[in-house]
Amino acid sequence: MNRAGTNRAGTNLVRRPRPRPPRPSLRSLTGSPVQILLLCCSFALAGYAGVRLLDGDRVGVLLWFVGAALLHDLVLLPLYAVADRAVVRGLGAVRRRAWVLYVRVPAAFSALLLLVWFPLISGRVEERYRSATALSSDGFLGRWLLITAALFGGSALLLALRVLRSATKRRSPDLH
Amino acid sequence: MRDLASRLPSSPGFWRSPLRGPRFTSVLGLVLLVGVPVLFVTGLLSYAAYNPGLSPVNDKTPDKGILGFYLFSWPTDPTWLYRLTQGVHVTLGLALIPVLLAKLWSVVPRLFTLPPVRSLAHALERISLLLLVGGALFVFVTGVLNVQLDYVFPGSFYPLHFYGAWVFFAAFLAHAALKTPAAVRTVRSMRDARRRHPDAADQAADRAADRTSDQTAGQAADDLVAPAPDAPTVSRRGALWAVGGGSLLLLVTSAGRSFDGPLRSTALLAPHGGAEPGGGPNGFQINKTAAYAGIDPAETGEEAWRLVVAGRTGTVRLARADLLRMRQHGAALPIACVEGWSTADQAWRGVRLRDLAALVGFDGDPPDVFVESLQRAGSFRHGALRANQVADPRSLLALSVNGGTLSPDHGYPARIIVPAAPGVLNTKWVARMTFGGLA
Repeated sequence: MNRAGTNRAGTNLVRRPRPRPPRPSLRSLTGSPVQILLLCCSFALAGYAGVRLLDGDRVGVLLWFVGAALLHDLVLLPLYAVADRAVVRGLGAVRRRAWVLYVRVPAAFSALLLLVWFPLISGRVEERYRSATALSSDGFLGRWLLITAALFGGSALLLALRVLRSATKRRSPDLH
Repeated sequence: MRDLASRLPSSPGFWRSPLRGPRFTSVLGLVLLVGVPVLFVTGLLSYAAYNPGLSPVNDKTPDKGILGFYLFSWPTDPTWLYRLTQGVHVTLGLALIPVLLAKLWSVVPRLFTLPPVRSLAHALERISLLLLVGGALFVFVTGVLNVQLDYVFPGSFYPLHFYGAWVFFAAFLAHAALKTPAAVRTVRSMRDARRRHPDAADQAADRAADRTSDQTAGQAADDLVAPAPDAPTVSRRGALWAVGGGSLLLLVTSAGRSFDGPLRSTALLAPHGGAEPGGGPNGFQINKTAAYAGIDPAETGEEAWRLVVAGRTGTVRLARADLLRMRQHGAALPIACVEGWSTADQAWRGVRLRDLAALVGFDGDPPDVFVESLQRAGSFRHGALRANQVADPRSLLALSVNGGTLSPDHGYPARIIVPAAPGVLNTKWVARMTFGGLA
């Protein structure tokens, strides 16, 4: 390198570096080494537990593990996002966009309870629940429906109060 | 072509909610940063409470290796210890479900991000996120199904939930280490902006926070912000209140199952919430009935049933009447189940375990005991108790409860009751007790 850039007289030739296409640096290919180290530690621990998790019904566990993520991200989430958009669009079409929350919140709460307590509400564990605990399993569907009714009822009441108040305000603007 | 590309979830323009962004995600992330370790630690405590090192019958995950590094002898004080730790584990887990779902919703655009891999670190992070999301859902789903007795998961609950939790927590630790600094910066800048503009409305404060926090939070999280958002239908604060409302709803409809009486009836949808199974002295929650456990009434009658007690000096056979002639002691102790429900203290009466140990040659130095039930199938029909549990003066072989004879569903002719132990180690329908020789 030194030889190539120096002539016989010992004077330095100023050589312009040829313009080269920018090569991606090693760092941009790997990313942060600290992050890589951290993730490798995490994988070591997850792997240690993971081989024990898979020691049994390997396919079943893998299916449940990956399936849970896929089912949530590609089915459950799009479903409720689409339902929510339908509510927003629907109420928007009838110029009642401000009502969205009064439908969305009780519907979301009711759906949440159904999602969590589905085995009991649907009655799919009815037999086992009754024979194991000596408790009745009839009430769950009814109670969920009652809670849902209460949520929508309360929401409707709040909305009615709001509509009523804004109507009074509009009728007597000079009082405020 | 360009139009099609913008309609795919891989295009930032596909995502329209104005709620998404580092602020919404950070607040939810910090809630989980506190909640998930509490779930993990109470879960590990529950495993320790079974005293898995004592006997194979107590250990459903014998291949745990170093994952059992923390195990210790489970104490008998305070008597409500397992009631508290497991009640917190299950009830908090239920209450965190809306937070988990909202958190996953807030970051879902990243699932479709392009290019799928930017660097080695990015590739590893995405694999780690699969473990994080899959692990979180796996652990929450198995837990929620198990408390409802819906055993559809692929295997025994204990190893699935225990090893699944370790996989999840390993990914959680890495994720927390990578993301917490940015989340804390974001939330701090939100707070500062609100302090600087105390009169500003939510959205004005947001804009002010935008101006200051974008420099501090860096650009890492900004890919969550929709470039062309729809008109907002709810403020961020409103959405966070709704998530909190969902948590509160799950909390108030399930927390009551850790108490007796009117509080239990507030647990409207949770298993073991609502009513008690009948009235009278035995009118409190039952884990498994005699019929479910397959107990034949012919085996528990006065004539047929004999308790076999074995130890250093040989074997003793006792009829129920013999036990009743021994010195009777009382203890006020709860039943606390791994499923997260528990009862208030019940007034048990019976023979001290250490008095039974003394019958077979362990006078004053009670050892571990191996207890066998009449139950012929099912896990935990056998259980082992450690010496400290046997020695506790409140540990009984109970013959009656709340002033009445034990009912078949609560373990007639005799059952174990030990302070602070998980419910299943309080063996019902006891047939045989072997003192010593476990270690």
